[in-house]
Amino acid sequence: MSAHGDSLRITAPPARGAAVLGLCVLAAVLLVVRAIYLQVVDRGFLQRQGNLRSVRVIPIPAHRGMILDRNGEPLAISTPMDSVCADPEDLAADPAGIRRLGQVLGLDAAALRARVKANAGRQFMYIDRQIPPAEGRRAAALDLPGVFLRREYKSYYPTGPVTAQVIGFTDIDNVGQEGLELAYNKWLHGVPGSERVLEDRLGRVVQDIELLRAPRPGRNLTLSIDRRIQYLAYRELKMAVQRHHARAGSLVMLDVRTGEVLAMVNQPSYNPNNRTQLQPRRYRNRAVTDVFEPGSAMKPFTIAAALLSGRYTPDTMIDTGPGWWVVGGETIQDVSDFGRIDVSTVIEKSSNVGASKIALSLSPKALWKVYRSFGFGSDTGSGFPGASPGWLPLFTGWNRIDQAHLAFGYGVSVTALQLARAYAAIADGGVLHAPSFVKLSAPPKGRRVLPARVAHELTAMMERVVSPDGTAERAAVPGYRVAGKTGTVHRAVPGGYAPNRYNAVFAGFAPATDPRLAMVVVVEDPRGEYYGGQVAAPVFAKVMAGALRFLDVPPDAIPPRQLVWGGRRA
Amino acid sequence: MLDSPTTASGSGFHRLTTRLHLDMPLLIGSTAVALLGLVILYSATDQDMHHVWKQVIRLVVALVAMLLVAQVPPHWLRRIAPVAFTAGILLLVAVLVVGHTGKGAQRWLNLGLFRFQPGEMMKLAVPMMVAWYLHDKALPPGRLQVALCALMILIPTGLIARQPDLGTAVLVAAAGFFVLFFAGLRWRLILGMLALGAALVPVLWHFMHGYQRQRVLTFLNPENDPLGAGYHIIQSTIALGSGGLYGKGWLNGTQSHLDFLPEGSTDFILSVFGEEFGLFGILVLLALYLFLVVRGLYIATQAQTTFTRLLAGGLALTFFFFVFVNAGMVTGLLPVVGLPLPLISYGGTSMVTVMAGFGMLMSIHTHRKLLPT
Repeated sequence: MSAHGDSLRITAPPARGAAVLGLCVLAAVLLVVRAIYLQVVDRGFLQRQGNLRSVRVIPIPAHRGMILDRNGEPLAISTPMDSVCADPEDLAADPAGIRRLGQVLGLDAAALRARVKANAGRQFMYIDRQIPPAEGRRAAALDLPGVFLRREYKSYYPTGPVTAQVIGFTDIDNVGQEGLELAYNKWLHGVPGSERVLEDRLGRVVQDIELLRAPRPGRNLTLSIDRRIQYLAYRELKMAVQRHHARAGSLVMLDVRTGEVLAMVNQPSYNPNNRTQLQPRRYRNRAVTDVFEPGSAMKPFTIAAALLSGRYTPDTMIDTGPGWWVVGGETIQDVSDFGRIDVSTVIEKSSNVGASKIALSLSPKALWKVYRSFGFGSDTGSGFPGASPGWLPLFTGWNRIDQAHLAFGYGVSVTALQLARAYAAIADGGVLHAPSFVKLSAPPKGRRVLPARVAHELTAMMERVVSPDGTAERAAVPGYRVAGKTGTVHRAVPGGYAPNRYNAVFAGFAPATDPRLAMVVVVEDPRGEYYGGQVAAPVFAKVMAGALRFLDVPPDAIPPRQLVWGGRRA
Repeated sequence: MLDSPTTASGSGFHRLTTRLHLDMPLLIGSTAVALLGLVILYSATDQDMHHVWKQVIRLVVALVAMLLVAQVPPHWLRRIAPVAFTAGILLLVAVLVVGHTGKGAQRWLNLGLFRFQPGEMMKLAVPMMVAWYLHDKALPPGRLQVALCALMILIPTGLIARQPDLGTAVLVAAAGFFVLFFAGLRWRLILGMLALGAALVPVLWHFMHGYQRQRVLTFLNPENDPLGAGYHIIQSTIALGSGGLYGKGWLNGTQSHLDFLPEGSTDFILSVFGEEFGLFGILVLLALYLFLVVRGLYIATQAQTTFTRLLAGGLALTFFFFVFVNAGMVTGLLPVVGLPLPLISYGGTSMVTVMAGFGMLMSIHTHRKLLPT
């Protein structure tokens, strides 16, 4: 070997070359065989596995139906929203991006960073759910790693707190949770469709492959509610509840001919579009779920039983002196000594003694049957979630004092809707209708509970309540004849009745000559003034006046002077 | 594989390539593979031209490195072998002390302008060193010589494995071993070493890093941990297998584009290739690789000195080993060791090393002296 190193070749063992080539060929064959195995033999299985990872059948959300008022005005609208989602692992690597995302979405950057960190082990998280699409687009435009949008639908309620408890609301997945949204969820929700798509590892849809089933959008629901009356009722009730520092209040207005609910409002209310502060007491549709003792508002039904018995006419005289009466050891009192008065005056002056004496002259069974026929103590059939049937004790358990109390509305509890329905029955000439929240195409067949003659006699008596001599002059509506009855009820508290806490009630209908609208106003626990005629009647008058005008109901009590004026001008 | 580097009667082009000490089969073959790599890289990076351009720049740098190395005469290579080897060892020690940590391992030395992996350099320095040592010894080597060679191989291998970089360590060990093998290492000894290796498996297991043990376990049964360590293998076989005979077509692979395939542009790029070009594409690619290996081996048989013959053989076989380990890992034949697919995977250092190795082969082939026949 030369020092230079470029010696001539020294032969290596000849087997080496063959061995090397052999090994190479062997290795290559091994690879090829493996490739053939994977790509030819096992191909079907592996392809299926691949599809399992990337091909998905995903639901297409069905557009939820709208809820409309009887004139087609929207009360609940399903609106498209964007949810910002992220792969926390990818996003965590970009702290500056998290800060910018926080800025765009109005979220606290530090809190967002902590949330992303907390989800670091996962591959999916919501950054912000259901934000307006414009905001979503701004977030997507940042083009951050792992951040993407998902389309969702959210119900929006244009009338907000005005219809809150009646309409209810849907949850974040757009499923009805309360109110009519819950009751008619199936109708509104529709049937989600499905499609086959190609998804990437983060669940982002990359490509639509085929539509399997088109979504069937939910149907619209047209309610019997009249948005204009609803707004007016809401405003008046709210003002009354505030002015009298009341605990709560409800108002129900029915179309007496059909039983349709034209307005139903409650206080306190809430904003269904922003439910961050959960206060269940605001969520209840008190007009349907809460019961109260109707007090004197029950008297027309006692009198109805009396007239039905044939032993009384509106002119039958009752001695209510000396303004109190002892029954079974308990004293029943009137506000003052009315003396000998006829049945009509019992209603007009709201005499407890008179009503009790009349009731005790009737058989418990007959009295109970009349109460029951007006729907007290039984469900109204409105189908509203959580509706209470109220409570009417069975006559077999009555003693004399129970019967006397029932006569002026103690020992029985009703919902505002039940009471309104019973008054509507008197208004409609003695025909009881099932209340309906949905607009009806044809007037339903009601159930006759009173002869028309008796209903008209009752109406005449109740008109006197709204006269200057009655208990509810303030329920009068200019231009219309109004019939109604007040109720001022001691609030039931644990252990008995509160001596100086009341519920103020007014129930009535108009126009008295051809009734169209029946309404019940309940104000719970007003401070200061507390009589039904002082607290509830003015609300009734204002809402009734507006509603009659909205519905173009012809006036039935036009003063002669105005007629002359109109005649001259025409 | 005809070639006549010293035939003066060739065309002008031929004279030019001779002057530049280029070996056309190696140049064309390696460039073809690299271009195929760019095509699949475009797909694997979701059509990101930014990455493709970066890879093109690396390819140009690698080709320049090849051209430069090809100009160095083999006896120079032999002379710098011990220097390069010693420098490499020192750098490896330096890496362990002050190295830059990336992806959980200390592999890089930050030299200000660029980061440098000394382990990469050892892929060439170790076979050069072993070939240098055996150059003037009587072959086949005696026991003492084998033992010394084993030291030359195992010291850098151990240092690299400590980083930890199992893939490079295996490759460096293989490169040194192949030179020793070409020098005529006795079969008895090879079989003995294999037996010893098998016996040492439990000991090795003890010294393995947690993640390395996990990889071995996962290799034995990927379905054990389908969401964790087994995920790579399962996804890569699914991607490959769903390609079928002719593949889903360029840019149409679902598993890779939908993010299901991890490391799709680096170590597992062969899965993307197999999914989109099918068995047919895999065979073409394998044929190109084999062509390069066979050309390297041919150059070894034509080499005129012990050093060049051993080095050329070692380099060619190492290249094949490189491809085999990556392909074996991607197809689930071998456990996952972090080795890229040479000339194709996204990344720069290994491409420069591979091309520099080809440069050495070219130098060995084009600097031969004409012998009287």
